[in-house]
Amino acid sequence: MTTPLPIVDARGVHKHFGALHVLKGVDLTVAERELVFVIGPSGSGKSTLLRCLNRLEEPSSGSIVVDGIDMLDPRTDINHARQRIGMVFQSFNLYPHMTALGNVTLALRKVAGKSRAEAERLGLAALERVGLADRAGHTPGQLSGGQQQRVAIARSIALEPRVMLFDEPTSALDPELVGSVLEVMRALRESGMTMVVVSHEMGFARNAADRVVFMDDGLIVEQGPPAAIFESPAQERTRAFIGQIQRH
Amino acid sequence: MSNWDRFTDTFFNGKVMLKYLPEILWGVVTTIELAVLIVLTGLAAGLALALVRSLAIRPLNWLIIFIVDLFRSLPPLVVIVLMYFGLPYAGVSPSGFVSTWLSLAFVLMAFSEEIFWAGITSVHKGQWEAARSTGLSFGETLLNVVLPQALRLTIPPLTNRTIAITKGTALGTVVAVSEILGAASSAMSNSYNPSPLMMGAAAYLVLFLPVVVLARRLEKRFAWKR
Repeated sequence: MTTPLPIVDARGVHKHFGALHVLKGVDLTVAERELVFVIGPSGSGKSTLLRCLNRLEEPSSGSIVVDGIDMLDPRTDINHARQRIGMVFQSFNLYPHMTALGNVTLALRKVAGKSRAEAERLGLAALERVGLADRAGHTPGQLSGGQQQRVAIARSIALEPRVMLFDEPTSALDPELVGSVLEVMRALRESGMTMVVVSHEMGFARNAADRVVFMDDGLIVEQGPPAAIFESPAQERTRAFIGQIQRH
Repeated sequence: MSNWDRFTDTFFNGKVMLKYLPEILWGVVTTIELAVLIVLTGLAAGLALALVRSLAIRPLNWLIIFIVDLFRSLPPLVVIVLMYFGLPYAGVSPSGFVSTWLSLAFVLMAFSEEIFWAGITSVHKGQWEAARSTGLSFGETLLNVVLPQALRLTIPPLTNRTIAITKGTALGTVVAVSEILGAASSAMSNSYNPSPLMMGAAAYLVLFLPVVVLARRLEKRFAWKR
């Protein structure tokens, strides 16, 4: 049996913001159907790493291959490649002038080239998966934060991506709304979606992640199964971080 | 004769009004023509410049900013006079109508570019990122996601500026354009009576009040719950 190619294969990724060296040579591979959880103190570069994977941020050097596509090759059709990489943001970033369904169908029509009727059928199906088919006609302003984030997830999964990136998806939510978003993420994971999640939801990491990656100061310090990272971290920096967040 | 009668005889003289009505009406037609041309070309050019500016090509942006600042600083009258009396030396002799139209269109272009640009930059960066992350191109994102939001924000300042500049058509009198004010003031000097001026004022009200009301309704309609 041959080992399947990883969905995400990032090697030696560096990122400078002016004089700031944010990523200092990060290697990250994610296998198909794997859920990788990225933790670390703020400023450790975890969000930047995530944003480099779909090239929202241009890495200074290194290589990034997603689903066999060289993301940094200038000949790569980046808009085509990004269809396969869903991204969910901390602040939802729904289009406020469109309904929930409009948000979900825009890329289906403009990028995937679906007809309006087909896009609406797929869009409604995606909203159904996040439990919001009955809110299709609502604008973001009429939805709660949790509902908005679920629409944002629907907007991504409607394009049937090969991997989903979550950038602190629950950090902007009131505590009582976090559960509904995590539930959707758990269902997504059970459907076999490959996911990379930057988040502080340690409970979710413990029982849903296949692997936890701890980043600090632009580097991956340590990674392993959640139990290993949380119960018996090998590195001092990991221990300090885990200790800090568990005190709360 | 009471003071009131003397007042109405001076400012609202029926005979004078009737006599000069056709001229004022032609003035109204000219003003409408000018206004429509100025609004269409000025706003289109302003939006086009703002879109070009969003491409962030440095030398091009410097040029745009220079042109925009120039036309925002110059009094519109100076632009009209320069075009009408100055361009003939360069071998082009635009009519008074064309001079007024182009001058005010340039001024509206300059102001509206700044307003459109402010609208585009005020749309949150996350909107760009969300759209681009789903594979929309720069142009598709600008057109479908950013501009619709930017335009809603720009409607109030844009209508104010558009109305102010459109009223500047009255400056056309200086270069012999018989728009409302031009027709009214020449009728006033021919009749030794200010009644035509009152007709002109009424014509401006009839023309611009509906525009102001329409603008207010647009603002309401395009506001959305955040």
